[in-house]
Amino acid sequence: MNSLFGPIDPAKDAGYTDAPPRMGFFTDTSVCIGCKACEVACKEWNAVPDDGFDLLGMSYDNTGGLSANSWRHVAFIEQAAPSPAAMDVLREAEATVSTQFLGMPSSTLPGTEGREGRDLRWLMMSNVCKHCTHAGCLDVCPTGSLFRTEYGTVVVQEDICNGCGYCVAACPYGVIDRREDDGRAWKCTLCYDRIGEGMTPACAQACPTQSIQYGELDELRERAAQRVEVLHQRGVTEAKLYGHDPDDGVGGDGAFFLLLDEPEVYGLPPDPVVTTRDLPSMWKHAGVAALGMAAAAVVAFLGRRP
Amino acid sequence: MTDRVRAGRRGGGKGDRVMVPPAEFRSYYGRPIVKKPVWTHDIAAYFFTGGLAAGSALVAAGADLTGRAALRTTARLTGLGAILASTYFLVVDLGRPSRFLNMLRVAKPTSPMSMGTWIFSGFSAAAGLAAVAEAAPLLPRRGAVGLAARALPVAGRAGGLAAAALAPAMATYTAVLISDTATPSWHAAYPRMPFVFAGSALASGGAAGMIGAPTAQAGPARTLAVAGAALELAATHGVEHRMGLLSEPYRTGRAGTLLRAARVLTAAGAVGALLGSRSRTVSALAGGALLAGSLATRLGVFEAGKASAEDPKYTVVPQRERLGTL
Repeated sequence: MNSLFGPIDPAKDAGYTDAPPRMGFFTDTSVCIGCKACEVACKEWNAVPDDGFDLLGMSYDNTGGLSANSWRHVAFIEQAAPSPAAMDVLREAEATVSTQFLGMPSSTLPGTEGREGRDLRWLMMSNVCKHCTHAGCLDVCPTGSLFRTEYGTVVVQEDICNGCGYCVAACPYGVIDRREDDGRAWKCTLCYDRIGEGMTPACAQACPTQSIQYGELDELRERAAQRVEVLHQRGVTEAKLYGHDPDDGVGGDGAFFLLLDEPEVYGLPPDPVVTTRDLPSMWKHAGVAALGMAAAAVVAFLGRRP
Repeated sequence: MTDRVRAGRRGGGKGDRVMVPPAEFRSYYGRPIVKKPVWTHDIAAYFFTGGLAAGSALVAAGADLTGRAALRTTARLTGLGAILASTYFLVVDLGRPSRFLNMLRVAKPTSPMSMGTWIFSGFSAAAGLAAVAEAAPLLPRRGAVGLAARALPVAGRAGGLAAAALAPAMATYTAVLISDTATPSWHAAYPRMPFVFAGSALASGGAAGMIGAPTAQAGPARTLAVAGAALELAATHGVEHRMGLLSEPYRTGRAGTLLRAARVLTAAGAVGALLGSRSRTVSALAGGALLAGSLATRLGVFEAGKASAEDPKYTVVPQRERLGTL
């Protein structure tokens, strides 16, 4: 049985003796421009069906969230009066691509202000499965369909999944979901079929600003810490890492983020804890209740022969 | 724009004290953070039928050992019916019902559903055998069939005792199953939910005995029904009031309505069971109320979990409180 909590190497914990380095994503939202190339590339490579063609009225987000049919999701949050430093960083990200972004939000009429004069900012974040060190979905899966790969990632074997839905309720991030017409659970595989061939996952490959970075997790964590340092020096004091800490409630995420506001603003839980951390205590309480039941039955029948 | 939303108690029912101070929280367009469980009411119904089967197995074994034949028969047959219904509910709720047997390809201690599958399988086989043994008097006493007919009561007792040994696990593992989720109001209830489910199972198992057996034999079933009802009421009260903000979904909306109905039905059933020990009619009515109360409890608990997943408040606010940054 794998360990339920604390900082560990998940591949080793799952029984791999000679595992390659743990691989993951670092998603730096400070350079995300909201192009959704990641969403599209993911769908194309993984043959993920559409998620409905809805207009949600949530800025430029018409995907809504991660689901069985959306394994990358770009969140858009419009915020007033950001710091000049934050606007600098955003403009710098925009300047790395040649496309003209006409739809950037402003409090004035479109086109009256150039890039320099804008007073609203978009927070944009490409969300994805976190490939937790302690993955609730994997822990609770009753068929063994969900498994830990040698890269430390978490993948569903769709030929085994019987659609029990337990993983859906167990994920503290609301990532994995059951596909309605198909009945099985689906989520990001961190392109297990690509990384085994030494290729980069489709979303990271398609990202034009290197907002999505793929690599060895240890290296990504170092790179992320440096990036936060740089942003803090430039005055973007709100920049913070999310999911990078092996001592957090899920033992650290294989896919972690640099955020510019609180996690819940992006639809992320501020302090996720893997539900199975408490599993031993749950069984203990159930054991006491079960003993009580047995005792009640014995007492009810004892000495009362008809 | 992300909104700062005032979270906290709305209005408040009469007699309910305000226990949760209003809290501010932020979210992504008010959308849920955790996914709502995809399970339908079939699963809540299974919690009821599984509990009924477990409670009945205890009643049946006790009746068997103390020579209460009518109570034994009714409890064993109730158990069989509940097991068949449980199997149906469990299979139809799968996304791929044809792959039900994939549940049996591993035994996984970290998955309460895997453990539960094995508990349910063993329990069902044992309780099923005990129920089949009730057919012994109907079989001819001669030949090979007669031999089987004479062996059946012994096998039935063995099966019945094995089922009773597994019954407490059968009744309580489902509480672990729903608590072992990221669904906020289910997870927070993990120290209490096994007692709700244990009480509910005893109440329903005892109630079935009260309905099916003559009052002369139903005494222990009545005792179990009343004890179970008391445990169910007390533990549910804890779930509804002792978990701060995460108790709120149990008191509001459809869950609140169901759990209020459950309280009335269970309390009325328990009083009826105590007062009507000499009347078969009163016993049957009380038993019916207890069964309905048990079912309403399961449905209410189920609805409360779903409601807590649908509102990001229940995910964000307790986590912020834990971090000390609210």
